[in-house]
Amino acid sequence: MKAIWSIIKKELLSYFTSPIAYIIIFTFLLLSGFFFYSLVSWFNSVAMQLAQNPYYYQQININQMVFSPFFHNLSIVLLLMLPLLSMRLFSEEKKMGTEELLFTSPISVTQIITGKYLASLLILLIMLVLSAIPAVFTFIYGNPEVMPFLLGYLGLFLMGAAFLGLGIFWSAITENQIVSAVLTFGTLLLFWVLSWVGYSAHGLWQSVLNYLSFFEHFDSMTKGIFDTTDLVYYLSFAFFGLFLTHSVIQSRRWR
Amino acid sequence: MIETEHLQKKYGDLVAVEDLSFKVDSGQIWGLLGPNAAGKTTTMRILTGFLPATSGRAIVAGYDVFEQAEKVKKEIGYLPETVPLYPEMTVEAYLGFVAEIKQVPKTSKKAAIDRAVEITGLPAVRKRLVKNISRGYRQRLGLAQALIHNPKVIIMDEPTIGLDPAQIVEIRQLIKSLRGEHTIMLSTHILAEVTQICDGVVIINEGKLMASGRLDELTSAYREKDGVYLRLKKADDEVLNFLGGLPGIENVTREGEEIRLEWDRNNDRREEVVKFCLDKQLGLLEMRSLALTIEELYLRIVSGGIEQ
Repeated sequence: MKAIWSIIKKELLSYFTSPIAYIIIFTFLLLSGFFFYSLVSWFNSVAMQLAQNPYYYQQININQMVFSPFFHNLSIVLLLMLPLLSMRLFSEEKKMGTEELLFTSPISVTQIITGKYLASLLILLIMLVLSAIPAVFTFIYGNPEVMPFLLGYLGLFLMGAAFLGLGIFWSAITENQIVSAVLTFGTLLLFWVLSWVGYSAHGLWQSVLNYLSFFEHFDSMTKGIFDTTDLVYYLSFAFFGLFLTHSVIQSRRWR
Repeated sequence: MIETEHLQKKYGDLVAVEDLSFKVDSGQIWGLLGPNAAGKTTTMRILTGFLPATSGRAIVAGYDVFEQAEKVKKEIGYLPETVPLYPEMTVEAYLGFVAEIKQVPKTSKKAAIDRAVEITGLPAVRKRLVKNISRGYRQRLGLAQALIHNPKVIIMDEPTIGLDPAQIVEIRQLIKSLRGEHTIMLSTHILAEVTQICDGVVIINEGKLMASGRLDELTSAYREKDGVYLRLKKADDEVLNFLGGLPGIENVTREGEEIRLEWDRNNDRREEVVKFCLDKQLGLLEMRSLALTIEELYLRIVSGGIEQ
């Protein structure tokens, strides 16, 4: 555990002593703030228009009109930004020659991968927690449902964890960070759009494609539905990415 | 302290190291010599546990590198050819990180950093960012990270490459100062470095062992003839003819201002040569043994294709 913590500290230091973490967090917050402001403004204008009619006024729901689209927007932003967070994890070590230091130290490959992955998860957590601050005001001045809100953020975190699991794998493949980011982005996009293909498929294929799609699992969580299948899906995706990373590193050294 | 038995490493069809066996005793400094692509870096990477060998055995600090990798890694310090540094860290933070991953106990971490900084002469840059220190200091820092956990064995891949002459001298002094306490194996292209700091050498070419042993043993083993270089006040052709006529002298040649005399290895003629020079009053200014230089040894072994 001590070795993992040392790797986490080192990774966080690397993130925060280079502009990368600041730029990613800043851009994410800028976009999330913009989306949130736009959605709340739109919700306000709709609410004002419907205020004259008590029946329709009762029907409007801030969770559905603000938070659900907000989470969907953020998931796309994460898809675009997290590959930039994961791209350096192993690529940089390889390029700088520091992997020789890590792999000749008395710590296991699993500990190194875990430390690096947890450090990137912490940055994701920081991004999500900060993005939630404006939303807290809707709880002060309104009465949205808490559960769909929390589940939405849990969904974003789990989805981000899966993205980073795949990202760390691609960063172990190449020493070029751009290549790593592009491959991660491409693969994530592929998994995202699987449900589109799923719509035109039938039977078992449709179920398989829908199950594999990021979108389908996330959608239900933003609606406040918690299904362990979704949890299992994201966690297995992340673990599979980490497992592949481990295999790639080991196989490269054995080749 | 370092021992290999029939070590082999293949990258696909390419054989990088083949049937490599050698032994380095405790507390000594040994050089790993060979031309480019001879397999030096691969050998070092195998010894440090960075790369597994295809076959064969390597024992470092009493542990099998493949079966007890973690124990070996605790006892080994490694300075790769590209010094593994994180530019965004300060020298102190970097050494702190290395101490942690090398499992230096928390209570002795500060003392370990102080010691490494002191030995490698880094106090002046201790608080500076790695990216802002000079190349010489980076090399020292590379050595400091290899030393931080006070390992029994230190492996260095071309430790003086890219340094200016003053820095080379400093680093060599530093390495020499580690003799006794640590067993060191270093690879280098600078043969003078070997004579200055190494007790023994392992010479490899195309992945194969060409020779290994203590320097004096090797130079003696590979010397075909014994002899001396003479510097005389009077050294005309007549003197050369006289010297050539002495019993046992097999060859006399003039090399610049010196005369080179050769005789059979088992037939030392030094006393007779000195006596002759004094009797004939030739003005003997200097006489030195015809030792095989490391360059001659290396070329004879690598280029001449002599295998031991």
